[in-house]
Amino acid sequence: MSDLDELYQEVILDHNRSPRNFRTMTHANRKAEGYNPLCGDHVTVYLHLDNGIIQDITFQGSGCAISKASASMMTAELKGKTEAAAHELFEGVHKMLMGEDGAEGAAQKVGKLKILAGVCKFPARVKCASRAWHTVNAALKGEAQPASTE
Amino acid sequence: MRLREDFPILKEKIHGKPLVYFDNGATSQKPRAVIDALDRYYRAENSNIHRGVHALSERATAAYEAAREKVRHFINAGSDKEIIFVRGTTEAINLVAQSYGRSFLKPGDEIIVSAMEHHSNIVPWQMLCEQTGAKLRVIPINHDGELVMEEFRRLLNDKTKFVSVTHVSNALGTIVPVKEIIALAHERGVPVLLDGAQAVPHLRVDVQDLGCDFYAFSGHKMFGPTGVGVLYGRRALLEKMPPYQGGGDMSSLVTFEKTHYNVLPYKFEAGTPHIAGGIGLGAAIDYLLALDWDALAAHEHRLLSCATDALASIDGLRIIGTAKEKAGVLSFVLDHVHAHDVGTILDQEGVAVRAGHHCAMPVMQRFGVPATTRASFAFYNTTEEIDVLAQAIHRVRKVFG
Repeated sequence: MSDLDELYQEVILDHNRSPRNFRTMTHANRKAEGYNPLCGDHVTVYLHLDNGIIQDITFQGSGCAISKASASMMTAELKGKTEAAAHELFEGVHKMLMGEDGAEGAAQKVGKLKILAGVCKFPARVKCASRAWHTVNAALKGEAQPASTE
Repeated sequence: MRLREDFPILKEKIHGKPLVYFDNGATSQKPRAVIDALDRYYRAENSNIHRGVHALSERATAAYEAAREKVRHFINAGSDKEIIFVRGTTEAINLVAQSYGRSFLKPGDEIIVSAMEHHSNIVPWQMLCEQTGAKLRVIPINHDGELVMEEFRRLLNDKTKFVSVTHVSNALGTIVPVKEIIALAHERGVPVLLDGAQAVPHLRVDVQDLGCDFYAFSGHKMFGPTGVGVLYGRRALLEKMPPYQGGGDMSSLVTFEKTHYNVLPYKFEAGTPHIAGGIGLGAAIDYLLALDWDALAAHEHRLLSCATDALASIDGLRIIGTAKEKAGVLSFVLDHVHAHDVGTILDQEGVAVRAGHHCAMPVMQRFGVPATTRASFAFYNTTEEIDVLAQAIHRVRKVFG
């Protein structure tokens, strides 16, 4: 598979075309905005956190296929997870995107999200894939400031 | 094309494919003449200027001042005292905003810019407004990306104290009717700055014919080195403006009681400048002036119309910026595909374009798009390269189904 085919796999294109949990949330008790000053793309992540468990998670915004697919897959993975598990997944995804773990290591730690591993071969696009994760991290910490990936 | 031989980088391979460099609006490539001038300077001339009594310093000073004269000639300024070397267009505009603006603008005064400015012709004025209490007014643009001149006439009033507009839009390619703007502003005695960063690589600029009060441009977008640019200012205005930065070279006599400022243009050139850059810019001008500009303009026009036709025929592609008068810039959006994805896929084909908001976020808002893909041309580009671009866009379509 070429680097490009690996980047734009069907699963990613599908999440881009029909993003999951792509809506605002009226009952959110955590919310954070992520913003990439380089390209003007933005994402808002809404969380309903109860007893340390992510009961519901949605997102809104505009961005490239990689950022949208990453956010969409993230919401699907994080729903029902504890805060601690979310942090662990964040660390794993971050390492995978930075190419710090081998494919095997990444696969073990991030499950389905390993499909995003191809991004690490495109350094200019790593921020596209990581922005939603930085944003959810900010929402979990209750940070009021927009989460910039710069 | 013979001219391509002058640009060594054009032989580079990207992902195993020939480089197709369509990001000239961000920075142009450098001819061998410029690269050689930098090399020669550091090998045989390097020394500090305006201060050494030794031969090498005289050599560097002569080369640097000769470059200033080349710039003067290139834009047909009346005097080399009106040519101030700066880091680039951004610094030139900040210099005028801070030196002229802070001295002469008062609360309630108005500054006019246009809706198609680069951030570097917006933010310095916003900062000035915060400092002085002046207000920023914006000339709107129409759907083709042209200034709405009736609105400009309406915005001009007794409170208008400065007008700063682009000569050629970096995001849209629009050539702005700057002579008309200058004439209208001057009827009210309002000075005009032109941001010429995107104009000097494409148009012959004559600041006396234009009649502008300030003209700002960068060396690196006109085939010269990065880190050097020019502020042209009318002498009468520069004389009454205070220095922008303090330091060496801008002062003629320093005591703790009082400092006497140096004469023009040195009053505005504090610190050791980018000497090699200035000399490299001079070499770029020598190179450009030896070319047949009419032939180059015709070639660039052909590139733009060829690219416009090729891209307009692609399904779901919309060109952003369709002004009647345009320089070699083609911005576009593809249905359901973000500019970043377009940029990444094009790069895999060896095609370098800019994807994003081009530091002109208000332009993106005006057209209701988050970002565009921009192909910007230089005279060394070819129609064959446009075929490669069109093919690469078809590949984007294929990937995204």
